[in-house]
Amino acid sequence: MSSRFINWFKFSSPATFYPLARKISVVSTVVAVVLIAIGLYMSFFVAPTDYKQGEGYRIIFVHVPASWMSMFIYLVMAGWAALGLVFNTRLSAMMAQALAPTGAMFAFLSLWTGSFWGKPMWGTWWVWDARITSELILLFLYLGYMALRSAIDDPRRGDRASAILLLVGVVNVPIIYYSVKWWNTLHQGSTIRMNQETTMEETMLLTMLIMTLGFWAYSIAVSMARVRAVILERERSANWVRELAEGRT
Amino acid sequence: MKARHKRLGIVIVALAALGLATFLVLNALEGNLSYFFSPTEVADGKAPPNHVFRLGGLVEAGSVTREQGSLTVNFVVTDMAKSITVAYSGILPDLFAEGQGVIAQGRLGPDNVFVAEEVLAKHDETYMPPEVASALESAGKMGERHPGSKPL
Repeated sequence: MSSRFINWFKFSSPATFYPLARKISVVSTVVAVVLIAIGLYMSFFVAPTDYKQGEGYRIIFVHVPASWMSMFIYLVMAGWAALGLVFNTRLSAMMAQALAPTGAMFAFLSLWTGSFWGKPMWGTWWVWDARITSELILLFLYLGYMALRSAIDDPRRGDRASAILLLVGVVNVPIIYYSVKWWNTLHQGSTIRMNQETTMEETMLLTMLIMTLGFWAYSIAVSMARVRAVILERERSANWVRELAEGRT
Repeated sequence: MKARHKRLGIVIVALAALGLATFLVLNALEGNLSYFFSPTEVADGKAPPNHVFRLGGLVEAGSVTREQGSLTVNFVVTDMAKSITVAYSGILPDLFAEGQGVIAQGRLGPDNVFVAEEVLAKHDETYMPPEVASALESAGKMGERHPGSKPL
């Protein structure tokens, strides 16, 4: 590799990435705690009451960021899966593995908070409309990915099989996003659109964006901490891991 | 051609094929994925006759009447082109109001009255404090906030 460019492949080695992941994790933990604390305070005390839904709408400050994260994390995992398949890098699969539980948690959180909101507002906990059903499929994709990779004993084979599952499932993400546009659904349309004015008051919008950034930092923090554990587990027979273990005892 | 270029090609081609397949399936499923029929679709005969289906639209302003001494409510669901009278007996959700989106599940009777078994409120994508809402209302701009969106 020429020295004029950053050598990206340097950090594709688990041994060099391991200490970097720790630094990223520490910084993002601090950012996440600060942003979520500010976001929650604004959600409860600063953002105004809604003209139609009263106080009940405040669940949106968790619901919408959680839904966005559940879709975004899936896309990132699929990106890692594609990288892993193309370049045969071990770390890519480890990154996907580390992100999966967080993505699944956000998908569940999105469905759960939506259900809590749906009962008083719509009059039902659950309906099988396109938006809600496709988000449930996303949760099942996360669970299926985790089940598949842990069902295969050989980690490299498990990486490939689960990478293909991730890539097949990626078609679901645009379906979730556009479901409210393409079909009649009980779920309302998007409030934040790329080509139109946002139909939300500014303080509410700001609160939602702060919560989103907070969830983002949280996701980075926990996935980096998790990828360190995954690296240690999967590289346990490598020399540098042995030296690390000996040095600590 | 290196092995990794070949693998990249396979991944891209496979994703494109998958995307195309999904598009065709969704296209074929078109109507079946919609959660409800609008009054216009019902008038065009797209809703199944003698069968339970969902009807969605706005509750027409001034159309809600309650029968004395019972929970029965009558109202008109409209999509601004066609409208259908709905009879429902039961508890309505909090967001149910005139001018508000609603989805009713039930059957269309022979007298063209839709007898609902369940009524759900449909929320729109607008969020604002009550002061802003009343200011917009007095300025008569309530409907202009999101011109591009469907009536529902």
